[in-house]
Amino acid sequence: MNHSISLTVNGARRDFVLDDPRVTLLDLLRERLHLTGTKKGCDRGQCGACTILVDGKRINSCLALAISHDGADILTIEGVARGDQLHPVQAAFIAHDGFQCGFCTPGQIMSAIGMMQEAQAGNDPERIRECMSGNLCRCGAYAGIVDAVLEAQAGMDETNQRRSA
Amino acid sequence: MKQFDYVRPATVAEAVAAAAQPGAVYLAAGTNLLDLMKGGVSRPDRLVDVTHLDGLDQIERLADGSARIGALVSNADLAHDADFARSYPAVAEALLSGASAQLRNAATVGGNLLQRTRCAYFYDTASRCNKREAGSGCDAREGENRGHAVLGWSESCIATHPSDFCVPLVALDAIVEIEGKNGRREIALDELHRLPGSSPERDSALEPGDLIVAVRLPPAARGFAAHARYLKVRERTSYAFAVVSGSAALRIENGKIAEARLALGGVAAKPWRARAAEDVLKGVTPTADAFQEAAWRALTDAKPSGDNAFKIELARRIVVRALTLAAAGTPARIPALPASPFASTSGAIHA
Repeated sequence: MNHSISLTVNGARRDFVLDDPRVTLLDLLRERLHLTGTKKGCDRGQCGACTILVDGKRINSCLALAISHDGADILTIEGVARGDQLHPVQAAFIAHDGFQCGFCTPGQIMSAIGMMQEAQAGNDPERIRECMSGNLCRCGAYAGIVDAVLEAQAGMDETNQRRSA
Repeated sequence: MKQFDYVRPATVAEAVAAAAQPGAVYLAAGTNLLDLMKGGVSRPDRLVDVTHLDGLDQIERLADGSARIGALVSNADLAHDADFARSYPAVAEALLSGASAQLRNAATVGGNLLQRTRCAYFYDTASRCNKREAGSGCDAREGENRGHAVLGWSESCIATHPSDFCVPLVALDAIVEIEGKNGRREIALDELHRLPGSSPERDSALEPGDLIVAVRLPPAARGFAAHARYLKVRERTSYAFAVVSGSAALRIENGKIAEARLALGGVAAKPWRARAAEDVLKGVTPTADAFQEAAWRALTDAKPSGDNAFKIELARRIVVRALTLAAAGTPARIPALPASPFASTSGAIHA
């Protein structure tokens, strides 16, 4: 039986006919939309490489059935930059060497963006490490990742202060 | 993953009817179910998706002082609800000590209660497991079992229930609201999860079609907010299931314990309420000696099911330390490393 769903992906509405209900959001993004920035690492919710934002919240797209997310608003790594202008978290990862091989990086960046919106960690490195524990980095670039998140957070705080001043 | 039919009911009644069919299971966030299906551990014929049902995602404070949490509230939304976290700090701390931020954003209250064991033999379809396949045997019994149960286990099954959330909930007398074929009913959370006995394939007291629609904390649960903690020892400081965990909640009046609540996680097939330990704390001064006595009472019936005798001593120490932390007072803010014995701000003494 075919099921029709529609999603908003990086700002654009996309309609799909699913001939199989087993398709995850991860596979839909990669196989149907060719948005391969979202990585398939473990495919079991353990590594965080597939992290995307769904309705503004970071989740593991490998453990989410597409069919169950009919109507959802999805943001992937392909949707965070504005043209050639990198998202501040992307720029901070480059500035602080927050990666080596780069495989986990899209998930790390999406997770960091989600974390900053959750506003639970602030500029406390210990809370950042805890709040980013769902993203594994086999290269061990964690020190650079935490520094990148700290810088991006400081930049966001500054912008918010300027706005409220 | 085996093929399945997908059903999206419009009402709770439709959901119950659809899920009462043989081979049907409910789908909420799927953070546990999809993992089990990918591994061939769960092989449902039909998924009944309850995530689009209305009215199951509210956190309400009822007129009598109870809190009512809809089954579809996410773990993260509940833990970060300021009023909820203030009223039930050990529950919030337990939630934040579990899984990862991504999983907490997706995983639901009802799903957390009904998550399956993380026993490696349950997950490995090449192993014998009475919980996965009734009557097939238990390879955990003579296998790698340092993480297995020390309370309430049977020769059929030594698996543990992995939830953090359920531990303070059971200590606070949480009630589970269930919609079933014969209408609405409610049971104590303590009665939801079953000990294995000779039928470990049945995790819970739920019947086919039963849908958890809400969890309620009774009015008295709010009375422990000033002295409530969750403490969890795990193999790594974050994103790991408990080896052993404990939740302690005290009501202290005039320097004496008016009422104590205590529960353990990671030790049995259900969140383990330690009522005998609570009884010895009633009316006494909160001292190290009293907490030691409570710890002994809590583990009186414990026995190793394999290479896990250390969990009994570990559980005693967690009881003492959780009680010590609770007596010292709930911290103003949940520590950076929730429930961690290594938290730099815990102020805990070694038990």
